[in-house]
Amino acid sequence: MALGFLSRLKQGLSRSTAKISESIGAVFVKRKLDDEALADLEDLLVAADLGTTVAARVVEEFRSSRFGKEVTDDEVKQALAAELAKILEPVAQPFVLDRSLKPHVVLMVGVNGTGKTTTIGKLAQQYREQGVRAIMVACDTFRAAAVEQLQVWGQRTGAPVISGPANTDPAGLAFDALTRAKAERADVLLIDTAGRLHNKSALMEELQKIIRVLKKQDETAPHSILLVLDATTGQNALNQVDVFKEMVNITGLIVTKLDGSARGGIVVALAEEFALPVHFVGVGEQAGDLRPFDPAEYARGLVGAA
Amino acid sequence: MQRAFPPVRECSRTGAQPLDATATLGFTVFDALTNKLSGVFDGLRRRGALSEIDVAEALREVRLALLDADVALPVVKDFIAKVKERSVGAEVLDSVSPGQQVVKIVHDVMIEALGGAGAVPINLNAVAPVPILMVGLQGSGKTTTSGKLGLRFAQRLKKKVLLASLDVQRPAAQLQLQQLAERAGVASLPIIPGQTPLEIARRAMETGRREVFDIVILDTAGRLSINQELMDEVRAIRAETNPAETLLVVDAMTGQDAVQTARAFNEALGITGIVLTRMDGDARGGAALSMRAVTGAPIKLTGSGEKLDALEDFHPERVAGRILGMGDVVGLVEKAAETLDQEEAERLAKKMAKGTFDLEDYAAQLKQISKMGSMSSILGMLPGAGKIQQQLEAAGGANIDKKVLGRQAAIISSMTRKERAIPDIIKASRKKRIAAGSGTTVQEVNKLLKNFDDMSEMMKRMKKLGQKGLMRQGLSALMPKGMQGGGGGRRPF
Repeated sequence: MALGFLSRLKQGLSRSTAKISESIGAVFVKRKLDDEALADLEDLLVAADLGTTVAARVVEEFRSSRFGKEVTDDEVKQALAAELAKILEPVAQPFVLDRSLKPHVVLMVGVNGTGKTTTIGKLAQQYREQGVRAIMVACDTFRAAAVEQLQVWGQRTGAPVISGPANTDPAGLAFDALTRAKAERADVLLIDTAGRLHNKSALMEELQKIIRVLKKQDETAPHSILLVLDATTGQNALNQVDVFKEMVNITGLIVTKLDGSARGGIVVALAEEFALPVHFVGVGEQAGDLRPFDPAEYARGLVGAA
Repeated sequence: MQRAFPPVRECSRTGAQPLDATATLGFTVFDALTNKLSGVFDGLRRRGALSEIDVAEALREVRLALLDADVALPVVKDFIAKVKERSVGAEVLDSVSPGQQVVKIVHDVMIEALGGAGAVPINLNAVAPVPILMVGLQGSGKTTTSGKLGLRFAQRLKKKVLLASLDVQRPAAQLQLQQLAERAGVASLPIIPGQTPLEIARRAMETGRREVFDIVILDTAGRLSINQELMDEVRAIRAETNPAETLLVVDAMTGQDAVQTARAFNEALGITGIVLTRMDGDARGGAALSMRAVTGAPIKLTGSGEKLDALEDFHPERVAGRILGMGDVVGLVEKAAETLDQEEAERLAKKMAKGTFDLEDYAAQLKQISKMGSMSSILGMLPGAGKIQQQLEAAGGANIDKKVLGRQAAIISSMTRKERAIPDIIKASRKKRIAAGSGTTVQEVNKLLKNFDDMSEMMKRMKKLGQKGLMRQGLSALMPKGMQGGGGGRRPF
């Protein structure tokens, strides 16, 4: 199982990092780590979406410890991976359901098109395989066919999907869903919300209202508020996390679409800036491709180290 | 034409930012590009002449700023090389500072790189039904954009449009497009489960011919550029339908990956245009520059909202300003034009022109502004307002605006007609009464009166400049002299 997962993650990540690893190889094979080499290294990190600040900091670390040394391609990769893993380790926290809650209420939030509904579907599938009773609720009552999209996942996974007519108040729907999930003693209630840009205050207030209404029924709900981030996102992810954290107090992150050519280096910058737990990464279309976040593997995958 | 670019602001004379970029590195990610450029160029200006060292120093900052705006690294390098080539050896005119000279060059090169001035229309020069193919990564906004395009063609061009979803991957994607078509009032291809995307494409074109549609929009499933199988599939669809436009739909928030994605889609399909979505977010949109540079294809449209009419022509000069943090004056004017009561605006404009703008009109204007949405998003459109926006946000978040507007309106309602017409008569005791009446303080009344004075001054300047001058010189040109100078740092930009 562990092996299967690692190779799977690596497979997903390696495609996305083939290029950066090639270029690191090209740059550093039998080369002295001088100013020019360090500048090239910084460029490579910037091109992986780490951002200029984090890239500069990582390179400074290198300068202090290895400047002027003859280094091989592999040494640079390993050291770089270790440096990045050190930043990522504290945020790698698996997502744990509290089975005593009945239900553990999970609110899925994020900007449009990051993969909230797909992620909920994958989670529902995984929970079903683990014998965890999940109920999904389609609180994206705005986007065309968003409800139907979740219902298809309901058919696939056998998990009930609660929905209302189009343009229903999502807060009311969430409240009713919680009532029903409690009555049925479900283990987890997965709330899908409409995508919203963080700079639209009315939509952020709508999200706050969902939370407020849930709290009327259960002071501790929602127990988890997860922000779904697209790995192709650039530096704006920092704004996203900042605002969502401020407005709805997100408890963790899920990074999707890591199987593409995007390197997802922004996760490193996010770890430094916000220290929010990263619970899952999405590395493919299958339900099993939603995986716990492994920092060492991620870092090695990011720089293309073996 | 020496002044045909945003002037560098005067007031950091006192609170000058250090030229040393590394000193502020820790905050660069959240700094508006504006702040950095103004810091650098203030530094430059003080040097008096444009040397190669000056240019190099400024360009280091520009480089960082572009990277923070998510312009892809290879594209940044080319860009910087171009600016450098033009800057060093450029004649420094007496009337402008070296900093201004560099700003102009950066701005010019940016606009050129984005495709020059003006928007490129969608190409419909083909035998009807004209196929338009929508492609892109998952979640970039293809389906929503397809619906918006349908509405646009139907409404503006009076075309008969057929929407067809070839997305058999994502659950309910076909249903989504069908519902969007209903909302847009255009036709959609009946859904037949079990058909392959290629079969659907064929059926769409057949239906288009048989039922005499003008345009057929083919919405494809989102795919990763490295997924060979799916890229082959869309290549086959392209070969089958021979679209007049193959539009790559891209999220404006995209980071460095923009280069890989654009290159892969372009090599596989020959992209003819780009649609940049989520421009209503607060991303700087550097991906626009990357995509354009890699594909050479023009950016044709931008999506700026979830409503079906939120699709606009792409204007390089506006997005250049956005990437450079210089604001989007034209966008502001257009947004204003869309939202404001036209008659009311014209009435106000006439009064402004006559110089009879009074507090009554100011109140009317406040009401109009409050209709336009949050102040910070408006400020984001103004050149040089980046710092104010940050301060606003630091002071109390995005909600400060409406409250302030409301209080200002309350103050004006507590004035007599005469006071509103002739604000000069408002002295201490009247101020006290107004403050008590509106539940505010005398300081707030003073502030309002000062704002009104500033605005009247601004009106006079606007009249002098004309619209052209406003667009060239931006907001700073409107600022009364006292606000530009080191006026106690009240207006820090």
